[in-house]
Amino acid sequence: MDHQTLSTVLQVSGAISRQQAFPFLTAIILVPVFAASLILAIPRDARRLIRGVALVASVAVLGISAAVIDLFRTGDGGYQMVSNHMWAPGLGISWSIGVDGISLFLVALTSLLFPLVLFGAYARQNTKSFSVWILLLEAGCLGSFLSLDLLMFFLFFEATLVPIYFLMVSWGHEGRNRAAMKFLVYTFVGSAFLLVGAIALAFMHQSQTGLLTFDIRSLVHTHVSGTEGVLLMLAFTFAFAVKAPIWPFHTWSPDTYAEAPASASIILGGVMAKLGTYGIVRFDLELFPHATILLAPLFLTLGVIGIIYGGIVAAQQRDLKRLVAFSSLSHMGFIVLGAFALTGESVSGAVVEMLNHGLYTAALFLLIAMIYSRRRTFEIARLRGLQGAAPVMAGIFTLVMLASIGVPGLNGFVGEFLILAGTFAAHRWWAVVAVLGVVISAVYMLWAYQQIFHASQPMTDPKEPLRDLTTRERLVLVPLVVLIVALGVYPKPVLDRIEPAVNQLIMHVHQVEATNALNANALSPLEGR
Amino acid sequence: MLASAFVLPVIDYTAILPELILLGGMLVLLGLVAVIPKDFATTTYAGLTMSIGTASLVSSLVLWHDVTKGGPFQAVAQIVNVDGFSVFLMVLVSSILIVAPMLAAGYLENEDIQGAEYYILALISGAGAMLMGASNDLILIFLALEVLSIPLYVIAGLNFRRATSGEAAMKYFLLGSFSSAIFVYGIALTYGATGTTNIGSISGFLARNVISSPGTLYAGVALMVVGFAFKIAAVPFHMWSPDVYEGAPEGAVGFMAAIAKVGGFAALFRVFIGALPTLASVWSPVVWILAVLSLVVGAVIALSQRNLKRMLAYSSINHAGFILLGLVALSSRGVASSLYYLFSYSFVVLGSFAVIAVIARDNGGGSEIDSVRNLGRCSPLLGTVFAIFLLAQAGAPFTTGFLAKFYVVSAAIDAHSYAIAVLAMLSAAVAVVFYLRVVLVMFSGSESPEAIGSAVGQPVVTSRWVWSGLSICVMATLVFGVWPSPLIDFARAASLIFH
Repeated sequence: MDHQTLSTVLQVSGAISRQQAFPFLTAIILVPVFAASLILAIPRDARRLIRGVALVASVAVLGISAAVIDLFRTGDGGYQMVSNHMWAPGLGISWSIGVDGISLFLVALTSLLFPLVLFGAYARQNTKSFSVWILLLEAGCLGSFLSLDLLMFFLFFEATLVPIYFLMVSWGHEGRNRAAMKFLVYTFVGSAFLLVGAIALAFMHQSQTGLLTFDIRSLVHTHVSGTEGVLLMLAFTFAFAVKAPIWPFHTWSPDTYAEAPASASIILGGVMAKLGTYGIVRFDLELFPHATILLAPLFLTLGVIGIIYGGIVAAQQRDLKRLVAFSSLSHMGFIVLGAFALTGESVSGAVVEMLNHGLYTAALFLLIAMIYSRRRTFEIARLRGLQGAAPVMAGIFTLVMLASIGVPGLNGFVGEFLILAGTFAAHRWWAVVAVLGVVISAVYMLWAYQQIFHASQPMTDPKEPLRDLTTRERLVLVPLVVLIVALGVYPKPVLDRIEPAVNQLIMHVHQVEATNALNANALSPLEGR
Repeated sequence: MLASAFVLPVIDYTAILPELILLGGMLVLLGLVAVIPKDFATTTYAGLTMSIGTASLVSSLVLWHDVTKGGPFQAVAQIVNVDGFSVFLMVLVSSILIVAPMLAAGYLENEDIQGAEYYILALISGAGAMLMGASNDLILIFLALEVLSIPLYVIAGLNFRRATSGEAAMKYFLLGSFSSAIFVYGIALTYGATGTTNIGSISGFLARNVISSPGTLYAGVALMVVGFAFKIAAVPFHMWSPDVYEGAPEGAVGFMAAIAKVGGFAALFRVFIGALPTLASVWSPVVWILAVLSLVVGAVIALSQRNLKRMLAYSSINHAGFILLGLVALSSRGVASSLYYLFSYSFVVLGSFAVIAVIARDNGGGSEIDSVRNLGRCSPLLGTVFAIFLLAQAGAPFTTGFLAKFYVVSAAIDAHSYAIAVLAMLSAAVAVVFYLRVVLVMFSGSESPEAIGSAVGQPVVTSRWVWSGLSICVMATLVFGVWPSPLIDFARAASLIFH
């Protein structure tokens, strides 16, 4: 393992890519920040201008990320479009960003959902601060997915908390203050461990090589002993488990999802939950292969519990948003299952499922917001018989719901199938139990659908006839619906870009494990080989 | 030996020029006040103080140049250190003395407190803080401590129209002089054990000799710990600080908090890392306990405070715990991180209390949390500025607050003190709650419409002086949060003298 040569190669390749092209990834992060500061300079009464600037900026980001997908070299499993700049050399922190198959579609998802939020779920009061927070949140999310420096990742990861907190407390529903505080404290406690773990890892690397850096491309070469690895991995995973959430660290999520405004729910469920699972795939697997293999049964079990528990509790919810929160818990369980099953299919499935879950959860939350704007309630029992009055809405809801259940031909199926297939190959019994989750999700989703759209007496207020989706609402939903169908029918372009990176990661995990086993000269009965 | 004591030592005036500028400037102000028939406006004095601060900043930077060129040296009969550490503190104190008068001027003008007293006292106190960082002798540290503290007792009582101000001053004075006495007793015992008060000689003596019955020395060290812990308000020697912060004039609390912490920590590092590194196994567990208690008690008790000033007092105790992490680490990285933290803390606390002074003024002296209700609506700029300070204290990314916490925690981890590192971050998680609660009250507002009228109904008007001071504090917090390298390099260079 000659990592000095490797890091030179990395630097050279970074330099080349810098010369070659416009720094797309840096632009992706900075455009929203600049737009936010621009908006700060606009008087608050110029609402149209503010919304225009915000929308243009977020669409520009979408454009750049489309260009990034276009420039992305499909067969390449490594980081692409890397740029490196020292930020605080004394502390070993650098502005290192790059994209690979694992982060590519999460970036795309993020840059797709934010314009939709700005277009379809904007706040009518205080447009100015709303736009600023949304744009800063977008920069934070994108920065987290693109950072190759552990500490930059942490900075962005934390930086997302401030905007989401303000979004919640300023535009949320009744119990927002408590929910926002709960969310924040939970996440912060998780991050405390992540920060300590990250610093400890960097110092281990420094004591081995003399180089203080948080760059994960260097940190992967750190030799971490068994116990250290397990402790560090647990410290990292705790933060990610809270963020995702993984059972039993989920107790903040139903409150938070329910009390957040539509915009924040979409981002929380669609994008920010992925920060946790992305962290697991990116950092746990890559940095602590040995500990990951060792602890895999634990996290597989937590994942399966999450799947089943989330499903069962979702079935008992009376509140539509809480139902989606628990169904998210269940889906996050699938992603965790896939990530820790450590086979090529299962991890690819987990990555695809992150994208797909983002798409249909965003669509669900948008639809729920649209229902709420008509009926002023999230209570399933009081939302009856929407079908007759709003057939288009009912149709789209059906489609999104089926995607969420994982019906073949829609996008939800692809990820879940890959996860279950991959897990079955390596950890049969976990997969067998997890399949039950699919059945349960069908139960609660169909029940909710029945209640909302079909139940007999429509409880419409005769004075205010119920409208079907407006043109604007349809426009917001179209991109999501198109992608849900397209990725269900033809997921190949996505998978082609994800798989090389995932295969490289899995190979790395098993390689490190094999070297460890050779070095230790004492094989322990390992699972997942 | 005895004869040489009567020879006047050669005094290298350039080595103590920043202190001399502050004290000389102070004398000029004092003379001016005596000569002129009628007091100038308070802003005039503020301007003069700022120029004195600027002059001392410039001379500190010149000294920095000398140190980087010629290396550190000792002057004035080996009792003054001129090295990166002392120059860093000179720069920091000078900067505080440039900002603090701006922030105080608006307050004093408004409270109609005439005269140059505040500025004169601030200059003396600043000189004391500088000397604490520079001294190489326990006796000089004690003198500097008194030069630092006595003006602060007076400043606490500056608002003579308010009984609480006098109460705060009395409390501060009694407990402060008590702790000074303890401290000087510690020095005496240390002198008894080692035969010298010179910091370099103490460390040399302890490195060369094994003390067979170290009881006296340990007692001396313990008493010095108590003395310092009082000055920096570390738990369990923190009882004075909430009362003093609450009662002292709002416009001056930020300065008092910053300068006392800077001076106290400077001398703490000088003594414990400079003189007693060989005894680290004895004192570091004690410091560890002080740090843990400060982290936990500061954060937890701040949660239950309804008064902003008391809340910030407890949060300062929490910050003291963080800064102590740098000493727990016992490394040059630890020293550098504590210096960075002190820098960050100074500007944040100056700014926070300046905002509170404005709020309390508009609110008839009250500084309950409810008094900032709707501040974000009525005065968005002031609300945003306060929010920045609070978020920085909470450790939000891209402010100095985050890097400061990151830096000290990383120093602790580097020294394999994992438990305290985790504990510190958890206390930060608790702290987030009370900082954000204030932000929430400022911005989420309209729950009880009648509260709006009582609190900040009318737009908050603030003088230009306060605004310029606040903008410097915000700049220092954000600029060095986004572009930390210069400050980190400076702190690292300043820490090199240790090890």
